[in-house]
Amino acid sequence: MSRALPADLDCVVAVEQVTDYLEGALPLQARTEFEQHLVTCPGCVIYLRQIRAQIAASASLADERPAPEEVTRKLLAMFRASRGI
Amino acid sequence: MPAAAPDLKAHLQDLPLVEALRAGDERAFLGLVGRLHAGMVHFARGFVNTDAAAEDVVQDTWAAVLEGIDGFEGRSALRSWIFGIVANLARTRATRDQRAVPLSALERDDGEPAVDASEFLPVSHPRWGGHWAKYPEAWPEEQLLSQEMLAHVRDAIARLPQGQRAVIQLRDVEGWSSEEVREALSVSEVNQRVLLHRARSRVRREIARYVDRRSKP
Repeated sequence: MSRALPADLDCVVAVEQVTDYLEGALPLQARTEFEQHLVTCPGCVIYLRQIRAQIAASASLADERPAPEEVTRKLLAMFRASRGI
Repeated sequence: MPAAAPDLKAHLQDLPLVEALRAGDERAFLGLVGRLHAGMVHFARGFVNTDAAAEDVVQDTWAAVLEGIDGFEGRSALRSWIFGIVANLARTRATRDQRAVPLSALERDDGEPAVDASEFLPVSHPRWGGHWAKYPEAWPEEQLLSQEMLAHVRDAIARLPQGQRAVIQLRDVEGWSSEEVREALSVSEVNQRVLLHRARSRVRREIARYVDRRSKP
């Protein structure tokens, strides 16, 4: 099929599509264009990597530290009272 | 998007826990507190003025959870339901403390670009208009996970507008699915994504500025 290559996506547009891309929310055609753009644009590849690295860094902020003992005691008392224990 | 399948799975996973709570299983309750409490306080703090107010809100939330658990219908995941209560109580508290932010603010799109326009060549550029003026710099991974950088990321998230902050905390920090976040915050799929996009873009800009400052002598 002879068809001119589609006009390349501008980076300024691509960076606005990064979240939709990562969320799997881009329609097929847009997704294809986005991925084609990545093939030719090192800047947007770095940008996407930055976002991915940032998400990973954010995940390490989750604090699963246990609630302070005093709070836990209070909550446990509430729990017992609510269950009539 | 088809959301029914993971949705159903999440809720089924919660059933034994919900039953245990109803039956007065203390270990199950303490386990839930251990998993959620710190995140709830952090989440509440995005709506109210002080740490103490956030603690109050979360304690009231637990009281509401215990009151409501018998009637919990499992139409959302347990933690979405719980964080939804946190959000409601925190907003009520914020109104009382004169930090009223209308509900609609959660859905507002501030419309700012993900990347500052000055980073791109002007559209008038003969060949490369709209492309990077200079490629962004790759971030050294070890630097990104340093304590100093993580503190910086935490601060950047804390400075976000309320809705963006709520969404990025649940999605990227707590690792929730978009479905769970939509349930907890009562926002549409599109709004959830827009808020996440704005939040991630802003935090990225702050990290980039920080890395840039660090790399300059």
